[in-house]
Amino acid sequence: MKEKVSILVVDDEESVRDSLYNWFIDDGYDVECAENAKKALTMLESRDFDIILADIKMPGMDGLEMQRRIKTLNKDSIIIIMTAFASVDTAVQALKEGAFDYVTKPFDPDDLTYLIRNASNQIALKFENENLKNKISTLENVEDIIGESEALKKLLKEVESVAQSNSSVIITGESGTGKELIARAIHANSPRKFFPMISVHCGALTESLLESELFGHEKGAFTGATFNRKGRFEMADGGTIFLDEIGTISAKMQIELLRVLETKTFVRVGDNKEIHSDFRVICATNRDLKSMVVNGTFREDLYYRLNVVNIKVPPLRERVEDIPLLAIHFVKKYCTSMSRDLISIDPAALKQLEEFEFPGNVRELENMIERAIVIGNGKEIRLKDLPLGKERSNTSIESLEDLEKKHIQIILEKYQWNISRSAKALKVDRATLYNKIKKHKLKQEN
Amino acid sequence: MKNKSIIIYLCDYFDEKIINEVVYKIERTIHCPVTLKKFEIDVTNFYYPGRRQYDANKLLKVFSDLKNPCALKKIGLFKVDLFIPILTFIFGQAILNGDTGVISKFRLRNELYGLKRDDNLLAERLAKVFIHELGHMFGLIHCQNPGCVMNSSTYVEHIDQKDQEFCSKCRENLGHNKLSN
Repeated sequence: MKEKVSILVVDDEESVRDSLYNWFIDDGYDVECAENAKKALTMLESRDFDIILADIKMPGMDGLEMQRRIKTLNKDSIIIIMTAFASVDTAVQALKEGAFDYVTKPFDPDDLTYLIRNASNQIALKFENENLKNKISTLENVEDIIGESEALKKLLKEVESVAQSNSSVIITGESGTGKELIARAIHANSPRKFFPMISVHCGALTESLLESELFGHEKGAFTGATFNRKGRFEMADGGTIFLDEIGTISAKMQIELLRVLETKTFVRVGDNKEIHSDFRVICATNRDLKSMVVNGTFREDLYYRLNVVNIKVPPLRERVEDIPLLAIHFVKKYCTSMSRDLISIDPAALKQLEEFEFPGNVRELENMIERAIVIGNGKEIRLKDLPLGKERSNTSIESLEDLEKKHIQIILEKYQWNISRSAKALKVDRATLYNKIKKHKLKQEN
Repeated sequence: MKNKSIIIYLCDYFDEKIINEVVYKIERTIHCPVTLKKFEIDVTNFYYPGRRQYDANKLLKVFSDLKNPCALKKIGLFKVDLFIPILTFIFGQAILNGDTGVISKFRLRNELYGLKRDDNLLAERLAKVFIHELGHMFGLIHCQNPGCVMNSSTYVEHIDQKDQEFCSKCRENLGHNKLSN
């Protein structure tokens, strides 16, 4: 709480000013007086007052007009209007325009005491609220974004400036670079931070599921819709919706999405009532949307609607100097979560980590550290605990399809192309495995 | 402070027994000698017909202008109901760190509230108001401690609830202020 609450008394009657001055001084407030609105406004330009107690009827500018001007200087100022019985209507008008309260002259001593006490409590709450907000800002200070490289600093600067706006953002970058983390950082530093950030992984859902997920559905809209369900757009009201892997959505969904982005209204599946939601869109993709537009697989109008701001997250190989910091961060994170003593990283292992290309970026490094802690000796992470084999570097797998093909091939080779055993290992049936082999044109090498 | 005393100007007739009791209580708490003086004043000049009350600010000015080299502090005691423009009534008023104050016994009387006359209670209430206003004159502001005599009282019940003494914090501040006076 502030040490001393300051009060400005504005009244054209000297006796009123003196009386209030003496009353408040006795109560230990910091009090100043002004005989008219003009002088009060001049005083307010040079210093702030917590409470302004103003007469409504004054020669020249009246209390109502003065209140309007004070509110333009500081919309949070607490103004208490003093009025005679005859001008209660004007006092009510003042309340509508943002006055904290009004008192009719002469006041009951109790009224004045409670009024000022309430106003002081309001100031204390405001002060406490600001403090807590500042604390939350510090807490949400994107603590998982680790690094001191120039590339990262540039990225965070972009995040900071983008966060304050309400524009749509597309975050591009390779898989595992931390696109969702950047989206969270934008949300956490934006004015929407006290509302939710809702994430939707578009690539993980079929078209109909995605539709129901985004817009919600009414009970009985389809088989299995046994209750009404809010959509993600509705949940994100006031906050941010994060659409991951936006490049994977179907043409139909692209049209739907475009309409929602333009109108901010939508209809739940199986319903006809329009719902409005105020959300900000942040998308992420590891695909080249521009070339998808050229190929005709992504709508141009949607692309321009989403691509107001484009943020590129650099791959880990472009911020090699962050690798040691990230590695230490992950060691701390996993040692803590596994309730183990903090372990160190062997300098030789660290050097190898810095030289590794990390096609899977930060996610790969994180997984590597977690694995090393699990299988290691519990004292330090050694080179042999890290899967930094040559076969891992220069991997160009980006899509799930490529990954599936590669994985099936590895399993087939492991079981010498025994379909039954491979299918069992992959936990699919034989027919599915045959279909996959055909689809990926896999062949047994001699 | 040597040879100076707190002077109470009696601006009407007051029961001697009650006043002596008040003086005794003030001296015991403030540790300053108190002198009583009769004071002739035509209060009709300070009457506000619209409020049927008397302007405390103007009466305060009378005592403020009054020169008395023997007075450490000057307080006028009235029987009439006092007001200041912003408040419906006051029990007393004093200038913070000043040497002047005015007090009314009008709203301290039990009879005003339809109760039986009680001189002891009246003396106690008067003493508390005197000590409170003298506290302001010695630079004390209102105290949050509900038992302290410097706690703000807006109704007579509040006066009855609080103590006649200063809390330890106000007592300490009073000591410093009296020394600097």
